[in-house]
Amino acid sequence: MSGLLAGLQPAELMQLTVIVPVVGAFAILALGRWENLRDAASLLTASCLFYVVYRLYPVVAAGGRPDLVLMDMVPGLSIRLTLEPLGMIFAGIASFLWIVTTLYAIGYMRGHHEENQTRFYFFFAIAIASAMGVAMSGNMLTLFVFYEVLSVSTYPLVAHHGTDEAKRGARVYLSILLTTSIVFLLMGMIWTFTLTGNLDFVKGGIFKPDQLQDPLAGILLALYAFGIGKAALMPFHRWLPAAMVAPTPVSALLHAVAVVKAGVFSVLKVAVYVFGLDLMAATPSADVMLYVAAFTMIAASLVAMRQDNLKRRLAYSTVSQLSYIVVGAFLAHPDAAVGGAMHIATHAFGKITLFFCAGAILVASHKTEISQMRGLGRKMPVTFICFMLGSLSIIGLPPFAGMWSKWYLALGAASTHEYIVVAAFMLSSLLNVAYLLPIAIRGFYSNPGPEPANAHGDDGHGNGHDDAHHVPSTVSFGISGIEEAPLFSLAAICVTTAGCVVLFFYPDALFQLASQLVAP
Amino acid sequence: MTAIYAYFLTLPFAAVIEPHLPVLQVVVPLLCAPICVLLRHAKLSWLWATIVTWLVFFIALVLLGKVLAGGLIIYEIGNWPPPWGIEYRIDAANALVLVIITAIGAITLPYAKASVEKEVSEPRIYLFYLMYMLCLTGLIGITTTADAFNLFVFLEISSLSSYVLISLGGSRRALTASYRYLVMGTLGATFYIIGVGMMYMMTGSLNMADLATLLPAVDHTRTVLAAFAFVVVGLGLKLAMFPLHTWLPNAYAFAPSAVTVFLASTATKVAIYALLRLVLTVFGGTDLFNVTHISLMLVILAVIGMFAGAFVAIFQKDVKRMLAYSSVSQVGYMVLGIGLATAAGVTGSIVHLFNHAVMKGAAFMAVGAMFYVVGSVRLDDLAGIGKRMPVTTAVFLVAGLSLIGTPVTVGFISKWQLVQAAIELGWWYVAAGVLLSSLLAIAYVWRVVEVAYLQAPPEGAALRTEAPVSMLVPMIVLAAAAVWFGIDGDTTLRLAGEAANALMGAAQGGKP
Repeated sequence: MSGLLAGLQPAELMQLTVIVPVVGAFAILALGRWENLRDAASLLTASCLFYVVYRLYPVVAAGGRPDLVLMDMVPGLSIRLTLEPLGMIFAGIASFLWIVTTLYAIGYMRGHHEENQTRFYFFFAIAIASAMGVAMSGNMLTLFVFYEVLSVSTYPLVAHHGTDEAKRGARVYLSILLTTSIVFLLMGMIWTFTLTGNLDFVKGGIFKPDQLQDPLAGILLALYAFGIGKAALMPFHRWLPAAMVAPTPVSALLHAVAVVKAGVFSVLKVAVYVFGLDLMAATPSADVMLYVAAFTMIAASLVAMRQDNLKRRLAYSTVSQLSYIVVGAFLAHPDAAVGGAMHIATHAFGKITLFFCAGAILVASHKTEISQMRGLGRKMPVTFICFMLGSLSIIGLPPFAGMWSKWYLALGAASTHEYIVVAAFMLSSLLNVAYLLPIAIRGFYSNPGPEPANAHGDDGHGNGHDDAHHVPSTVSFGISGIEEAPLFSLAAICVTTAGCVVLFFYPDALFQLASQLVAP
Repeated sequence: MTAIYAYFLTLPFAAVIEPHLPVLQVVVPLLCAPICVLLRHAKLSWLWATIVTWLVFFIALVLLGKVLAGGLIIYEIGNWPPPWGIEYRIDAANALVLVIITAIGAITLPYAKASVEKEVSEPRIYLFYLMYMLCLTGLIGITTTADAFNLFVFLEISSLSSYVLISLGGSRRALTASYRYLVMGTLGATFYIIGVGMMYMMTGSLNMADLATLLPAVDHTRTVLAAFAFVVVGLGLKLAMFPLHTWLPNAYAFAPSAVTVFLASTATKVAIYALLRLVLTVFGGTDLFNVTHISLMLVILAVIGMFAGAFVAIFQKDVKRMLAYSSVSQVGYMVLGIGLATAAGVTGSIVHLFNHAVMKGAAFMAVGAMFYVVGSVRLDDLAGIGKRMPVTTAVFLVAGLSLIGTPVTVGFISKWQLVQAAIELGWWYVAAGVLLSSLLAIAYVWRVVEVAYLQAPPEGAALRTEAPVSMLVPMIVLAAAAVWFGIDGDTTLRLAGEAANALMGAAQGGKP
């Protein structure tokens, strides 16, 4: 394997990260008639992509910054790809989890008898291609282009079921994402460009000293922070719960990893490479956005507690966790930025596990509401144990990966003497415990709760049971009383759960990359 | 472009023809048009018109190449020197506009064949192509001429022929729409000629360059002030500037599809060009721009138009009408660029002129193809059209995204340039207005997208039935252009920048 692609320069590998999923997408489209071949193509594409990204890792870890200027899009601004540590983290996580999610999706989509699966896998691959583009982008314009392609290409995935509910959700999804990006982000970018004549990502920021006075700097920062709607800062967070009408693999990879992380990734990029941490630290009005993010952290957790629908609860939890990263960016302290960068990875593993479990529960038992899940853990022990472990990682307890990122975030907050933010971190962790742990614990209660009349099939998806294929929705391992989700899905859950633990014991690679981000 | 010019020079007789290209551009379609009457045959006159328009397109490309290589081209008709004779002047600005309108004219014809056979009764088809060529002649003439009165003549040629073209539409409402356009268009042309008359009264000249040098001396007189007002309002009517746009929606909605494609992408664009030429070049040396606060007026009307047009578009049940109202909104962007009156603003205006021609052409072609297959373009009849006509709907989607201005489409390039121009001036409200109005575009485009892709096709509707290939290819070409120039916006922005320099440079230096 080591000889494969050996002749390629890093810059060419970088292009491949976008090209491979696009080619894969069209292969999927062409193979649409043959289910097994199509799904094999999905898996193969995901594996190829991960291999390409893996080949890039040593280059970046050694301090290389592959750079490629493709063409001018408007005079003075080009489409440019540059790979730096933060992009490496994001690309690595997204491409690895794509393999796992594809495995999971094969089990889920077949087990749940979904329609239009070819369209689903096609747009999934396109979305990943644009996420890779976001990760590799070398200037704000390139990032914006891929960011918008990502928004539009995920629309068909959110609207997948075509029901009125799906249409409504997809409408909210697209309108908030496009509105924020077109009105705020584009405005901020063009403003920056008229000031500096440059939108490249440069270490330490692109503003010359005194180019941006204080109140204006705060306004520009707000344009970026709210404009990157994918970071889900309140009050522009509603698209994320709305996107939960999508099939679970979409919620898992896109709305816990690729799309939302593209958002916070962009925020971090703006903080580190456009403003520069020094300018941010010297700008008192930047604190306003810091407090908006801290507020989102707490408020979203409180809303999450009140959600009975499992996926919606997880969505609000994601809103809250994304703000951790935004806070990490806006604290303008190296430790906090490192924490934010690491949280991209650690939260990804934790949250995707939880979503996988939610989907597994839906496939195996057709349950979507938390109140219906009492005692379900006895039927689905693997799923519920993994849910528990994933929850612990999100909460930030050792021996799980989530601890590291929270540690550095809190360290950064303490070093900058932002005690309100420290308090917000603590409170938020407590709230995490309160809204995540009971789900798993109740699952193991012996007496199942009173079964509501609409427990079966009333989830807006359950219309495919008379499907001709008769793919079994559950596996029992020959033990009576066990009804787990299909094997493919179960395997995926175990992989991501293991990831949470592995990243606790071996965080070195991640930490090295993250600290390169802020190294002088 | 320069390569095309170089290629042209290798052709036989190139040396003889080359100096006369500016006038051939106008004369060729003008003289070829009546031949349709002799042919009197639907297919033959289509073939004839196609050959002629593609030839004209080729001439336009050669001219643009020549301008880019060697600068201004001046042609004196009949060797009468101006200001007595009529003069044609081709600089970067009108060479670009010429390429746009002849390109649209040429690419619409292959599309028109099937579409017109379906929508226009057989005995009248040769008249259609006759009028089409005359209309093209008029539009080319407006763009080429450097004589204010001559411009009026061509304005009338293009207007009269487009009234006929619109009235060829199938429904009876096409007649009232055409009549309304006739009334408004005649008003506009009359206003324009009154303005020209007043300028002639004060200066004794009709030549634009001549006027530009003579007007500053008399720019304090009320006559010239009135002339300025008449010219701006007259051209404002022709370009459907809000609130003078009322003729447009019905005219576009009820005309035959091919006519809508052609007019939407060319007629208003040429009127925009005429306004640019008059305001920036002819009146450019005068103080009127500041005295009348025309800048502010244009910007305010443009912004209101951007919102009003898009807002009304959201509530249309007929997709063709929806796109027509969207045109009112998009014209606002072009007027806005003129109102900003900086090099960046005018560049934005011109680049949007090109970009909008491409995307609206593609959108109307897609809608025309839907009409060809389904027989209606009411939203209710288009359920599941994404499954019934996948290619056509995809073209519509690309054009729609471009209307919204998402990146990788031409709409994004226009918006980028206009917002940048507004921010450079510090006009934050205008910049915000441009961005906010594109949100309304999301609303009207997405209504169609939801109907097309998320509703099931009606029972018994045939799947994958596309319009003929002759209709598909032109719209795919335009959609591809909308994406290509959305990525390579650099090329179009540079061309538009040169065009803006040609217009504004003439303004600052008097005679270029």
